[in-house]
Formats: sequence, C-alpha cells, structure tokens
Amino acid sequence: MNNYIIKRLLLTIPTVFGVVTLVFLVIHFIPGDPVEIMLGETASQTDKAKLRADLGLDLPIFTQYLGFLSNLFQGNLGTSFHFRQPAFELIMKRLPATIELSLGALAVALIISIPLGIFSAVKQYSYVDQGSLFLALIGVSMPNFWLGPILIIVFSIHLGWLPVSGRGDIYNLILPAITLGASMAAILTRMIRSSLLDTLKEEYIKTARAKGLPEPIILLKHALRNALLPVVTILGLQFGSLLAGSIITETIFSWPGIGRLTIQAIVSRDYPLVQACVMVVALGYVFINLLTDLMYAWIDPRIKYE
Amino acid sequence: MNKNIFIIIGITIVITLFLLSGFASLLSPYNPADQNLYERLQEPGLSHLLGQDSLGRDILSRLIYGSRVSLKVGFLTIFISGIIGTFVGSVAGYYGGRIDRILMQICDIFLAFPGLLMAITLIAILGPGLNNVIFALCIMGWVSYARLVRGQILSLKNLDYIQAAVACGISDMRIILKHLLPNLMTPIIVHSTFGMAGAIVAEAGLSFLGLGVQPPETSWGMMLSEGRKFLLIAPHMTTFPGLAIMIVVLGLNLLGDGLRDKLDVKREQNL
Repeated sequence: MNNYIIKRLLLTIPTVFGVVTLVFLVIHFIPGDPVEIMLGETASQTDKAKLRADLGLDLPIFTQYLGFLSNLFQGNLGTSFHFRQPAFELIMKRLPATIELSLGALAVALIISIPLGIFSAVKQYSYVDQGSLFLALIGVSMPNFWLGPILIIVFSIHLGWLPVSGRGDIYNLILPAITLGASMAAILTRMIRSSLLDTLKEEYIKTARAKGLPEPIILLKHALRNALLPVVTILGLQFGSLLAGSIITETIFSWPGIGRLTIQAIVSRDYPLVQACVMVVALGYVFINLLTDLMYAWIDPRIKYE
Repeated sequence: MNKNIFIIIGITIVITLFLLSGFASLLSPYNPADQNLYERLQEPGLSHLLGQDSLGRDILSRLIYGSRVSLKVGFLTIFISGIIGTFVGSVAGYYGGRIDRILMQICDIFLAFPGLLMAITLIAILGPGLNNVIFALCIMGWVSYARLVRGQILSLKNLDYIQAAVACGISDMRIILKHLLPNLMTPIIVHSTFGMAGAIVAEAGLSFLGLGVQPPETSWGMMLSEGRKFLLIAPHMTTFPGLAIMIVVLGLNLLGDGLRDKLDVKREQNL
C-alpha cells in the first residue's frame, strides 16, 4: 500500500510539471501577441516595448521559462493588472467560495443519485426505473447555463423562495449547487444503478440470500458497499470537473469564486491572472484525481498494485 | 427499454438538425438579422411563433440559423480531433514502448485540464470567434480519441490475423489502416456521437460567456446569453434556445446510448 502511494505520488510529478509547462507554452506560443491584446492594436510601439520588458517577454524563451518556474516555486503567480494585487492572493480569497459551491453541488448530486440509483436497480424495468433513467438522460443533456436561468425564473422570480444571486447563507447556495450538481447527479444515478445491478448478481449475494438475511441488510451492507467502489472513481473525476464547471455557474449566479474571477480576468485581458487561475484549477484537478486514486486503494483491499 | 426507439429518436433529432441548417433560408419565416424595435421582447404569438428578442428579431428564425453553427462546430470538432486522436492512438498502441509512454504522458497532461478550462484559456489568447472555438475544442478533443484507439489497438494487435499480416511483411501503415482501424469504427462512431453533443454544449457555453460566436453570426449559446439580461421580462428569450440545445444534445446522447448498448451485450443486460 505504501509503495503504491509513493509510486502514485511520483507519477503525479511529471503530470504537474507537464501542466505547468503546457500553460506556459500555450500563453507564449499560441498566435496572438498578449501585449497587443492587453494594450490594444492602437498602442504605441514604445508602450508595447515597455510592457514587453516589464513582463519579461523580451527575454529568450528558455530564460522566461526558468523565471516562470522559479516564481512558481516561490508561490509567485504574477501580479494582476486589473486588481493590482498578487494573483495568488486574489485566488486564495476566492477559493473558499468555489470549494463551498463544489461541495454543495457534490451534496446535491449524492442526495439525488444514491436513492434514485438504488431504487432503479432494485426495481429494474419498473416505471420508477424507466422514469429515473429518463430523468438522468435529461440531466446529462441539460446544459447548466440553461438550467441556472430556468431555476432563477421558477424559484426566484415566480415563487420568490430563493435569492437570484450572490453568496451569503445556505439559501444563496441552493440554486447554484443544483445547477452545478444536476449533470453529476444524472451520471452518478446511472453509474450506481449499473454497478449495483452487477453486484446483485454476484455469488456472495446469493449466499447472503440463502442464509436468510433480510433484503435491506443484503442491499445496504453487502451489495451497496461494493457497488459504490467504481462510483468513487467517477466521483473523483466529476468533482474535479466541478471546478471547471463552476466557471459558468459562478457567472450566472454572480458567485464570487475562482470561475468568475477567471472570466473577469479574460474580459479585462488580465493575462497573468488568467494564467494563474488556469494553473490553480488544473493543479487542483490533478490533486483531486490523486486523492481519488489513493482513496480507491484504501477502500478496496482486493486491489493489488504492481 | 427498446434500444431501437432510442436510436430512432436520436436519428430523427439529428436529421432534423441537418434539415434545419441545410434549408435555413427556406424554413425561416423572417430574416434572422431583421430588427423591429417597435416589437421588442414580444411574447410568442401567431406572427412570431417563438416571440421576438430585445432588438425585435424573430427568435424562431435565429434558432434555425443558429443550428448551422451548432452543426458546424459539432462536425468539424469531431472530424479534426478524431483524425488527430486516431493517428496518435494508433501510433501509441501499435508501436508501444517508449513512444506509447511519451504519447500517453502527453495525453495525461491534456486530461489534467478539466472541461472547458483549456478552451477558455486558448480563446482568451486567440480572441473570440467560431474558428477559434473549433480550434480550442479540437485541442482538447483529440485526447479522448487517442486513448480510445490506443486501448482498442492494444487488444487487437496480438490477434492471429494481425500477426499473420506482420508475418506476410505488410507495412505497419497498411496494417493500421486496412486491418486495425476498420475494426475500431464502431467504438469511434459511438464516441463521436457523444463527442458531437459535448462540442455543441461547449460552443454554446463559450458563446454564453461571450467567448464564442460574435455578432452578426447567431448561435444558440449567444441567444441564451442575450436572453439572460431580460430574464425578468422576457423569459422566452432564454427558454427556446436552451430547449433547442437540450433537444439536440438529448438526441445525440440517445443515439450514442442506443448504438453503444445495442453493440455491447454486457451493458445491455443492465441499462
């Protein structure tokens, strides 16, 4: 187990290094002059040259890369042009809001998918099963940038039950969390149902039934625990995707998280802040995947890692 | 559930999308760019079946013309990323060893960027626009094809008929193109169906954020974004474009699900 953890951690290093390098390359090699984008085409050559020198863009590319890595190791992600503050500080201020939203979405997804997935599997081919599968298909197909406004129309405008936007108490969290968590709920429902159906056909379930154990015990203690194992992997991957999905949800609900900060940075052409936001979200995604793998190894002792 | 029904519904929706975009000029009741400021934000009625937007333009006509963008983005994205991904996956899977490890490490790095994040970053640098959206989606889209093709080739390349082809001295390129890839078409087509749905949603999402298609072109995501500003007084501006996106994505998902389940016995027992 310890060997696996060490090996998995070591394998993460090239990925992290690759992510950092790719962000650097994308910003520097994609056609389009960032200086021109920031200052506009009409800016004078002197201003452009000054900004280029300030950003270090006039240095050889390898020197720029080394400087970039050196700053990164010191936690220096550059300074935002728009806010005139270190990008890292700005991101850290917004991080709790994004984590709160992602956890809220995760809670919504689990609250919906676990009972629905179990019920669908137990009552396979029933109307409830067909209905939940159809709902899951709708959930997967419904884009969150449409679901959000629909929820606002119904629950904020017509019914007046929940606030339209902003971050505050739990009521502010409900609509954004549903918007972000709906497609995840749909994916998990299908996954739990499918996994539970496979598990219920296993020999040890037949043995449990032959022993005369009550059906709820068989379902919850024997089948569900094993059926949820593959779900953990999907959960980890999906939770990472929530970080990126939050860009749209945060924009719809004016939620003050990293997603909205990224869009603000793009709109105001705040190039160092865009780079910093992308890097933080991508690295967050890598580490969530790492945690998922480690958790999977911990909860499933059958897995032998080479 | 009858998988054929899924496939039929999916194909019907996809064909409808084709017809709408192909015959947009014939099917649109109005010119999508025609403005009528005296009839701003009109609700659905007999003269304008889906109502009018903030500039008095006919929403139905804009939806019909907007289908062209969705179709273009969907097709070009899966076509270009499919070709790149299939090439990379074939090379990695067939040759294995160091080439495989390097290519898969590159894939892992691309996969470390969740969802739209890399596309948003690329567009932030390239600037908004339809071609840039397609480019950005292809940059992210090839990876899943590469992994799919690699996995399939790994399982196929040790089969007897491939070994026989190698023993006959047939070139690697010919083995990949003539003997391996034809056997991979089914999973690639199924994957492309889901990929097209993903590309359409991604384009709409980017246009919703103001990073996609720019006026005077029309896209469903852009219409949704415009409608959001008038959510309180004209919810129909948001409802119909969203519904259009959902129906098309649902159709493609149904088609993909139906095709996959029909060809996969193990899953068919459960879903």
